[in-house]
Amino acid sequence: MDITELTVHELQDKLKNKELTVQEITSAYINRIHEKEKDVQAFITVTDKEAMEKAKLVQEKIESGEIQNSLAGIPIGIKDNICTKGIKTTCASKMLENFVSPYDATVVENLNKENIISLGKLNMDEFAMGGSTEYSYFKKTRNPWNLNKVPGGSSGGSAAAVAAGMVPWALGSDTGGSIRQPASFCGIVGLKPTYGLVSRYGLVAFASSLDQIGTLTKDVEDAAILLNVIAGHDEKDTTSANIEKIDYTKSLKNDVKGLKIGIPKEYFAEGINKEVKESIEQVIEKYKSLGAIIEDCSLDVAQYALATYYIIACAEASSNLGRFDGIRYGYRAEKFDDLKSLFRNSRSEGFGKEVKRRIILGTYVLSSGYYDAYYKKAQQVRTLVKNEFAKNFSKYDVILIPTSPTVAFDIGAKSNNPLEMYLSDICTVSINIAGLPGISVPCGLDKEGLPIGFQLVGNYFDEKTILNAAYTYEQNTNFKENKPQFKN
Amino acid sequence: MKVSKEEILHIAKLADLNLEESEIDTYILNLQDILNFANIVNNAPVEGLKETIAAQDTYNVFRKDEIKESMERDELLQNAPEKQEGMFKIPKVL
Repeated sequence: MDITELTVHELQDKLKNKELTVQEITSAYINRIHEKEKDVQAFITVTDKEAMEKAKLVQEKIESGEIQNSLAGIPIGIKDNICTKGIKTTCASKMLENFVSPYDATVVENLNKENIISLGKLNMDEFAMGGSTEYSYFKKTRNPWNLNKVPGGSSGGSAAAVAAGMVPWALGSDTGGSIRQPASFCGIVGLKPTYGLVSRYGLVAFASSLDQIGTLTKDVEDAAILLNVIAGHDEKDTTSANIEKIDYTKSLKNDVKGLKIGIPKEYFAEGINKEVKESIEQVIEKYKSLGAIIEDCSLDVAQYALATYYIIACAEASSNLGRFDGIRYGYRAEKFDDLKSLFRNSRSEGFGKEVKRRIILGTYVLSSGYYDAYYKKAQQVRTLVKNEFAKNFSKYDVILIPTSPTVAFDIGAKSNNPLEMYLSDICTVSINIAGLPGISVPCGLDKEGLPIGFQLVGNYFDEKTILNAAYTYEQNTNFKENKPQFKN
Repeated sequence: MKVSKEEILHIAKLADLNLEESEIDTYILNLQDILNFANIVNNAPVEGLKETIAAQDTYNVFRKDEIKESMERDELLQNAPEKQEGMFKIPKVL
């Protein structure tokens, strides 16, 4: 048995039956990290020593009966924009290269309460701005299915680490597709919950009205288990929803009979890769054969969504990243003449190109003379997008679309063409604009052996419906059996 | 959509960023490309629609005004590049 190929629910069973100890599990993953990191480059910080110490402690407490919960001793990886007390949180930026958070993010507190053990912090595009993890200041993560391809982004380190078996699951964040797209590129399950379901306290802000923490897992059951841990109201995040906690694992029924699925034609038009399209058409056939009711529908705001997304996300980023001034934390330039040049030099030397590009775009669309033409318009389109989704959810339980128009692309293919990189978010951004939940599920491999994913979008706080729909598909197909080959 | 050199320098100044002379042309081209693409929002049928500022319509979320323990000052100062007597230190302003 290879421990690093197991899902979390399988690890839980083996811990419960005393087939494995927490130390055995932890050291298996640490060995795997040491074996694969040179190829995959998924981690910014590995906390192997801390993890082994905690593993010993947790195992002792399990044996003495002091700890009884079933997730105690399960390892995890955390995207490096989620604050961890005492461990660096860099956002893959020179700006925060040495930043050590004085507090834990609420999601990290939740992991700690369950005695889940962190193995370290995972690579990403700088400040989560990007779709390939090439914009990291530290390293380029590579796709475990083919090391010459990107893992997607911005949660590329999280997705690659899960796919490569370096962690059994991971946390990521999704502002415009940053969990779902890398999950699709790496052949795993990525869930972006409804905006407000998971606290953002301690998530370094990129675009506050779009950011949401979510899960990257090997299968749907693990996504439901991890969502149980991280979902819930938090008064430290005023946008956190105060709704009743439910057990998402109970929604996994392996039954979609009568489920109404809408297929918006706009997402299957030009620009979608032929193999991706064919693969998703087979998904639709599968759902039909499982008893779901499939209907074509329309989301004709799709054409405006990407532009709207980049206007809003960059505007919010330009404001959020104003906090990096070289005074309270973060990089400070060595040379400056006065306070103003301290700000300017620190920011200019601390931020990478893509981050500066987005700050400039955001500042532009918020500046006088352009505010009405771009920012205000984009916020009105946001209303339009929400209304269109609402119309569709009055008829359908779930909307099914591709996660990404293509499979993983070559490293370097888009990194010098920002607009082309932005276009790879075309299938995911409208879900963030509306604040809805979305899940990406593996549905096959293309001719080159690269994973393809499809996306299920649900109504607000209706994660249980998309989780069940995803689970039912997964249980009736065998795509999760595909394993990455580390091709070079 | 044309962006002039003066304009990009003005925006960079507002954003507290220096642009190297050698980077300016690339930033102008990138910004023009993206703005040309973003212009499509002006074709959207949005007349009479309100602006959405957040995914949910929550407004003014209050908490109870209670005294609670806050974080340690030294911990909050631990990342400051320069500090003195429990405060952030900045260059002379006046």
